[in-house]
Amino acid sequence: MPHHTVYEAKIEHLQILDEDGKLDKKLAKDTLSDEQVVYLYEQMRICRELDEIAFKLQRSGRMGTYPQNKGQEANAVGSALAMVKGNDWVVPSYRENAALFMHGMPMHYVIQYWMGDERGSKFPQGVNITPLSVPIGTHMLHATGIAWAMKQRKQKNHAVITYFGDGATSEGDFHNAMNFASVMQVPTIFYCQNNSWAISLPREQQMNSATVAQKALAYDMPTIQVDGNDIFAVYKATQDARNRAIKGGGPSFIEGVTYRLADHTTADDARRYRDQKEVDAWLGKDPLIRTRKYMESVGVWDDAKQEELESRAKTIVKEVVDAAISVSTPTSDEFFDDMYAEIPGDLQIQRDTMRTTSIGRNPSQIGLNAQHAETH
Amino acid sequence: MAERTLVGAITSTLDQALAADPDIILLGEDIGLNGGVFRATDGLQATHGKDRVVDTPLDESGIMGTAIGLAIAGMKAIPEIQFEGFLGPAYDQLVNHAARMRTRTRSAVTVPMTVRVPVGGGIHAPELHSDSPEAIYAHSPGIKVVMPSTPYDAKGLLLSAIADPDPVIFFEPKRVYRTFKEEVPDEHYTIPIGQAKVVSEGENLTVVTWGATLFQCLEAIDNLPEDVSVELIDLRSIYPFDMDTIAESVNKTGRCVIVHEAPLTGGMGAEIAARVMEECFLSLEAPVQRVTGFDTIMPYYKLENEYLPEAPRILKGITECLAY
Repeated sequence: MPHHTVYEAKIEHLQILDEDGKLDKKLAKDTLSDEQVVYLYEQMRICRELDEIAFKLQRSGRMGTYPQNKGQEANAVGSALAMVKGNDWVVPSYRENAALFMHGMPMHYVIQYWMGDERGSKFPQGVNITPLSVPIGTHMLHATGIAWAMKQRKQKNHAVITYFGDGATSEGDFHNAMNFASVMQVPTIFYCQNNSWAISLPREQQMNSATVAQKALAYDMPTIQVDGNDIFAVYKATQDARNRAIKGGGPSFIEGVTYRLADHTTADDARRYRDQKEVDAWLGKDPLIRTRKYMESVGVWDDAKQEELESRAKTIVKEVVDAAISVSTPTSDEFFDDMYAEIPGDLQIQRDTMRTTSIGRNPSQIGLNAQHAETH
Repeated sequence: MAERTLVGAITSTLDQALAADPDIILLGEDIGLNGGVFRATDGLQATHGKDRVVDTPLDESGIMGTAIGLAIAGMKAIPEIQFEGFLGPAYDQLVNHAARMRTRTRSAVTVPMTVRVPVGGGIHAPELHSDSPEAIYAHSPGIKVVMPSTPYDAKGLLLSAIADPDPVIFFEPKRVYRTFKEEVPDEHYTIPIGQAKVVSEGENLTVVTWGATLFQCLEAIDNLPEDVSVELIDLRSIYPFDMDTIAESVNKTGRCVIVHEAPLTGGMGAEIAARVMEECFLSLEAPVQRVTGFDTIMPYYKLENEYLPEAPRILKGITECLAY
């Protein structure tokens, strides 16, 4: 047989909860309980509140550039619930705040971080989250490496999830991370939040592939496309991937099809490059709307509960913002502290002389003692 | 105690380190069954297993990025980048991630790893196999950079690098890999990062160098008149570097020649010269001289010896500095 097919593949799409809040009960079997649905809805709603307030903080000049999560929350909460807090690792990009909160990141850290303070990435011990990754696509290799360490240490029942956008899949390091994970067969879950836009570039110009999910085929990785605004589908796909991972089945890929309802960041104006009609169409697919419809349809939610949640979300977020604002200002030389485990002597001199006209010069060599240097 | 070449000292040190600490993992291209293209990891996979001396895909960014992940999770990763010219694809992971992780998280997440990289010219290697990029990494806050020039120092510095809680680039001057053997103790010992070595004491002039050019400097010094005594300093650590030893020496001799293979402009010689100016100004009898590679692409091997600071050019630099 000189000419024959050596490889064939297809990409499945999974939706369990449609945009009208209608659930496919057969597919939903063994996924989320109504109690879990309520919990995830609350997480999404609180995160949305934080997002709105963060936007306002930026607009009123109290916070720097901030990337809103609006519209994508189901990807974060559905997948985060399938992972085990304090046991698994989360290696994030920057548009999955809710997942980080669910895995133990104190909420005010994210505000503190975007207010320009790295101490917002100093997560408490036992919180297995790497810092938000602002450069695109470079962090997935760290997720592969962390998972590799789990395999190396024969730590059963541990896995890593890493989040990234559709734009990140054009980066070399995306492919590097996928290939290493595949070759080493490590427990990494690659979760792509395909939100259709990488700043101003639409997905169709980012890649000529019909799906993002098919990129995993090259690495012989189980892969699926899910409705990313459907918490049931997101949860099920992540749970399946995690189950495979902890049984030694290696990495998996999930493409969550979602949409960035806000601008790329507060420094962006999406009206310059995308059609409002497209945004309007996606407003109707908002994960909060369909989840609420579902909860109401099964009788676990009503207007009173909604009102209580909204009030609670406001209180929580107010406390979070207050906490972020009340964090003491770092000392002016604090950024020297953690350059190395132990500060090299020359760097200590730079620190001691940072307010002088002879930065980095040994005070004894220029006829100043350190005390004089302080006052110059 | 055994007589070892520099590459032999590295192999035996890695062997000991792997045996002593189960968290150590070596990863790189062709380092396993093949023992590395310079045989620096020869036999280590057979002794310690395929999961501890790992042949990776041909992907420097992948090697560096996964090493970061391994380190974050508490392993001690020792990635090998086959040649310094291939640090390019790994540069982003090294400089923007390994180097920054500690400060970004205010020490909550750290990256203790030792990146082994053969460096420099003089072995008639293919293109992009002979560069000296140490200043680039010395200029990148958050990493440490060392370059031993002898088998004894290679072992002591490698063990320091492995024990260091931060990322360390361990440059191995490939021209010296097999040029000579010396006694290397079998037992564990370290040479602190940041400590230079006074190779020979002298009164008239200080020569500061590191890596393979140490031996060209020795040859140049041998050809000086007998009444001239030169203090030769092997810097060993590029960042942090031992300015105290340099300043003490130059304040004594009043003259300083810096020798390195890397290009002139923005090289470590420039930094050391500036520091000498700051700390030894009143002792200086002559301008600081630099004898270095040129601001050119390192030529392919027909002309590499024209580029490299060989003994005659170093001798000229020393003589001119003495005559000033």
